[in-house]
Amino acid sequence: MSTFVLLTITGLGLGAMYFLIASGLSLIYGLMGVLNFAHGAFLTVGAYSSWWLSTQLGGVGSDVLRFLLSAAFGLLVGAVVAALVELVLIRPLYQRHIEQVLVTVGLSLAMVAWVQATWGPTERVYEAPSWLARTTEVFGARVPNDRFVEIGVAAVVLVGIVAFLRYTRYGLIIRAGVENRAMVTALGIDVRRAFTLVFAIGGLAAALAGVLSGVYFGGSIDPDRGTSLLIFAFIVVVIGGLGSIMGSAVAAVLVGLVQQYANYYGSEYLDFSVLGDLSVVLMLAITLLVRPSGLAGKWSVAH
Amino acid sequence: MVGGALRLALRLGLAAAAFGLLAVVPQFSIDTHGVFSSELNSPGTLQVLALMLVFGAVALTYDLLFGFTGLLSFGHALYFAVGVYLTAIATTRWDWALWQALLFTAAVALLVPLLLGAVSLRVGGIAFAMVTLAFAEAGSKLVNQNPRGWTGGEEGTAVGNLPDALVGVLNTKHLYWIALGYLIFVFVAVNWVVDSSPGRVWQAIRENEQRVEVLGLQPFRFKLMVFVISSFLATAGGVVYALLIGSAGPRVTTPAFTLALLLMVVIGGTGTRWGAILGGALYTFLDYRLVEWSDKAFIRESPDLIRQPLSEPLFVLGTLFILLVFFLPGGLAGLTLPGGRRRGLRLLEQSVRTEPTTGTVEDEADPGVEART
Repeated sequence: MSTFVLLTITGLGLGAMYFLIASGLSLIYGLMGVLNFAHGAFLTVGAYSSWWLSTQLGGVGSDVLRFLLSAAFGLLVGAVVAALVELVLIRPLYQRHIEQVLVTVGLSLAMVAWVQATWGPTERVYEAPSWLARTTEVFGARVPNDRFVEIGVAAVVLVGIVAFLRYTRYGLIIRAGVENRAMVTALGIDVRRAFTLVFAIGGLAAALAGVLSGVYFGGSIDPDRGTSLLIFAFIVVVIGGLGSIMGSAVAAVLVGLVQQYANYYGSEYLDFSVLGDLSVVLMLAITLLVRPSGLAGKWSVAH
Repeated sequence: MVGGALRLALRLGLAAAAFGLLAVVPQFSIDTHGVFSSELNSPGTLQVLALMLVFGAVALTYDLLFGFTGLLSFGHALYFAVGVYLTAIATTRWDWALWQALLFTAAVALLVPLLLGAVSLRVGGIAFAMVTLAFAEAGSKLVNQNPRGWTGGEEGTAVGNLPDALVGVLNTKHLYWIALGYLIFVFVAVNWVVDSSPGRVWQAIRENEQRVEVLGLQPFRFKLMVFVISSFLATAGGVVYALLIGSAGPRVTTPAFTLALLLMVVIGGTGTRWGAILGGALYTFLDYRLVEWSDKAFIRESPDLIRQPLSEPLFVLGTLFILLVFFLPGGLAGLTLPGGRRRGLRLLEQSVRTEPTTGTVEDEADPGVEART
């Protein structure tokens, strides 16, 4: 029982990170039709920026303060890098979807290679407040505290994004743009400003996932972190339905849980530790066979 | 008609001349002046040349999917890796003879893409890209997991049971000829299928899938067909690669490797035959040589901020690629193509947007495209 509780909370923590990545991906795709391959690189850059500041701070203040400062810096860098990418590289290629995808592919390779060249290919120790590494007892399971932070942060981000989309003027423009961009443009609203905003939000959420992944994976970050998480975020986005935030949230929880359960029980009873990863891909295949447009999908694909 | 026949004869002649020239390369000991690390027919140079030929051909198989049919797959590495790993596993772990391993690989090379293609082709456009990526990732995880000690995990596994003519540094030229043979095979096969009647349907699907459906054809079948053919040819490339390198390593299963294939095709020229081959060869050449060049004095003495990224081939290639997408979107072949430098990519516009969130006016047609190119 205690193992099951631990697995559930850990799976939710993993799902929380998937959601943070997938929400940005889904918004960007929904509004602009751009599959942002560089999203994993935003995550990596955000995580490394945060790590870099934490090494510079030395013994300033308490460990919680240092962590919060460096996390905030990572988020800022993630958002700024994403906004710059949109302004400099994506915007000039407006309406050229193929080229936009290709540019983000090139960017994902170049940015990760740059991080690797600058800070080395091996993992770096990510300093987190000692409280996060301790455990709390829940139904007899000793759960690492950071899991609660990840779940809480993702829940806050989910509520924040939904509220932003529903109750602000920009949110209204973004929602309308996802529905029918041509109509919004015809009404005299410059949707392109919303593009930069969506990229910045996505970059911020990705960097947040990067920082949290540093804590989740035992206090370490590595250059490939973004790419490997991005693939599962893609799966989440497809299962949830492209362009749907709520769909992404539900799918992220499902994927995180299935992956944790199957990875654990697979290696425990079958000596097969990638069962979880394979199960997730299988889940994707089944979703496509049964419901090709995803859980919340509204676009239909006939073939 | 006469003009067409003449052009065909000219093309065939040029192809034959190019392949003939490549075939005699191992006979000449020419100083390469630092382009390669040693003379033209030294084993080291021949190995790099053979890899360039193999990846030129594999890039062409990817172009068959992406450039000719408009299927943006991010999982082509999986099928290449099937060839690499099955050759290695069958000859060492199972101790099969090479011909048995090849037969078995060929059967798997038809079955796996048939199965996975049937599932992933349920969706189109970007969703297809993500799904193929997921399948490739599953393959990659499986290889790293090292089930039954077959794949060797991070270390990889060697290829065994090779005939004497393929073993040893002195026999590199034989492997080079095998690589060239593979390239010619792929080139002929792709030329043949592209100009066949299914090939014309693929190109019609690329340009407008709905129209193909309205004409009473089932796009799904044709897409599955090209998916299987292209994957099969890629698996054959994996076999040649395994023979050439003498081992199988997890690098060929990574998403970065599929992305590299995409880069190769776009660099050379999407939807072109010679372009894809050139792109694959050039990318491979740079990938192998950039590391050595970055050790040159003028880079070594530059500050860390410049020196470190330049020592990463992927940073240089990724950056070059972005510049190319901006300034020469049709790739190298775009320099000579009629119909604008963006022709290859413009034909693909439809294919990545088969699932608009809702049907908007601009999804139907983009009149601005002509004006901009």
